[in-house]
Amino acid sequence: METNQILEVKNLQLSFRLDAGVNHVIRDISFNLFKGETLAIVGESGSGKSVTTKAILGLIDDNGAVEEGSILFRLRENDKEEIVDLLHQSKSYMQKHIRGRKIAIIFQDPMTSLDPTMTIGKQIMESMLEHKLVKSKQEAKDRTKVLLELVGIDHPEKRMKQYPHQLSGGMRQRVVIAIALACEPDLLIADEPTTALDVTIQSQILELIKDIQKKTGVAIIFITHDLGVVANVADRVAVMYAGKLVEEGLAEEIYYNPKHPYTWGLLSSIPSMDSKEEEIESIPGSPPNLINPPKGDAFAYRSNYALAIDFEEIPPFFKISETHSVASWLYHPMAPKVEMPEVLQKRLAKYRTQKEV
Amino acid sequence: MLKFITKRFFWSMVTLFTILILLFLLLQFLPGTPFNDEKLSEASKALLNAKYGLDQPFFSRFYIYMKNILTEFDFGISLSIQRNWMVKNIVLPRLGISVRIGLQALALGTGMGVLFGVVSASNKNTWLDTMATVVAIIGVSIPSYVFALLLSYTFGYKLPFFSIIFDFSDPIKSSILPTIALSMFVMAQVTRFLRTELIEVLGSDYIRLVEAKGVNRFKVIARHGLRNALISVITILGPLTVTLLTGSLVVEKVYAVPGIGSLLVNAILTNDYNVIVMIAFVYSALYITMNLVVDILYGIIDPRIRVAKGA
Repeated sequence: METNQILEVKNLQLSFRLDAGVNHVIRDISFNLFKGETLAIVGESGSGKSVTTKAILGLIDDNGAVEEGSILFRLRENDKEEIVDLLHQSKSYMQKHIRGRKIAIIFQDPMTSLDPTMTIGKQIMESMLEHKLVKSKQEAKDRTKVLLELVGIDHPEKRMKQYPHQLSGGMRQRVVIAIALACEPDLLIADEPTTALDVTIQSQILELIKDIQKKTGVAIIFITHDLGVVANVADRVAVMYAGKLVEEGLAEEIYYNPKHPYTWGLLSSIPSMDSKEEEIESIPGSPPNLINPPKGDAFAYRSNYALAIDFEEIPPFFKISETHSVASWLYHPMAPKVEMPEVLQKRLAKYRTQKEV
Repeated sequence: MLKFITKRFFWSMVTLFTILILLFLLLQFLPGTPFNDEKLSEASKALLNAKYGLDQPFFSRFYIYMKNILTEFDFGISLSIQRNWMVKNIVLPRLGISVRIGLQALALGTGMGVLFGVVSASNKNTWLDTMATVVAIIGVSIPSYVFALLLSYTFGYKLPFFSIIFDFSDPIKSSILPTIALSMFVMAQVTRFLRTELIEVLGSDYIRLVEAKGVNRFKVIARHGLRNALISVITILGPLTVTLLTGSLVVEKVYAVPGIGSLLVNAILTNDYNVIVMIAFVYSALYITMNLVVDILYGIIDPRIRVAKGA
């Protein structure tokens, strides 16, 4: 692992035992995360993005099993650095040293992710006290006040004594963020943190997350199904489909020069302000059943660009640039040349000009 | 919180007052008379009626009834069980043992229920869970007098640790078997409710977040899971009190406990109006008190209720 890397997921394969059979939720994914960067993992529901984060935290349900791979994490403790494989640690090690302490998570729905019977102050202090980061209750209280100010909640003294139901959705998500930051983690996982919020609050929370990253330098994995949301937040984007990564690159590369037909579909389906004459595109069909994953490229069955080999063999990654790679047979030297749909080309051109202005 | 309690207390008093009125009205519909002795002549019956004020007009009797109860807590005198004794002097000394057995059963049942419920829910679908569920089903389906008889046969007769019937010289030891017999149903209900509720709570988003904070499993269940699950368990404590009260009628009879349950049965059989009224009133008061306690517990456990009703 390179020294500026904080996390490396290598060949992760994970499945769940169900009554209907074995569900291969994650089918060999690998990605890196560098210190202080934001990686967005994008994909539709059921593509395996949340399960990936659960695997990182060691919170996979009992019927789930890691079949292969490793999740290497750079653990810094008192100036000592070591690299641990999070997949091969005991439950109590994960609980004592990793969860909440080094890796924290923000869940999707702030309305349900706080304990309704405990004051928000106590909920924020809980992890500091659990991980013995503070020497006294008073110190925990002081830190909580600072945290609440950091996430933009005024009158922290008063708010600490309040219960979740006394706060609005946006405020609760700020509290959840404060909880995540309580132990100054090195890695923050934001699992669709804005999906359950209304649009005006969404942008506030996104700004807040960006702002916090600037102040604390925490690395962020940002999970979302909405490419529109990550445009301003992510440094790099990984697109996930049916338990596999299909495209990975810098945010600009994914937004302005997408290569995978699935990414084209995702980008086309972002509603825009001026989509009067153009219809909002949707990707036909639905994701495949992963109990019997399809042979070859899982997206081929929904793609207008599928080649014969797509139905036979899983495509490897083809490098587009140093940072950009795509898993599609379309980029094999022998493949016919294809262009992204015209509507999308126009749209991306518009994005580009907007950005230059 | 104080305002909330005061308000609930006030309404409990209003309820009790209404019950007094209802009891008086209901009593008017009761057939028969306490003076059922066939040897009594019409004249002596009239004399007795006059003596106990039973010949007075309705409103006059109602006025005396309410006045005596509200000013002196006087429910009149017993008409047949212990003739001419003040009813309160018959009922109150027996109240203690009934309340004690009831509370013991409630505490034991709830305690065991919470224990089984937690064990069961946190080891979902293991043999521990199955065991707890079997115990709960037995507790729900077998009536308390069967337990009472089983217990007195086993621990009173076969293994004579306890006396079969209530022993005045050792009321505490004598209360153990009736307590266990009464508590079975409570235990079973609390186990069932807590198991279902705790499993749901443990699957909720906020428990996932607490786990993601790195809090250890024991604290996750005790501090977050149990507290949230108890909110719904408290709901059934009110209705369970009714079960305890009616159950006590039978269990007290089986063990010959000198409580108010067996007294009520006798009073009804002999048309002893005043005793019936007082015991009915005491039962109502116990039930209302229990509901008041439940409401206060709600307020303590669930901040949403506390704040909504004015902290």
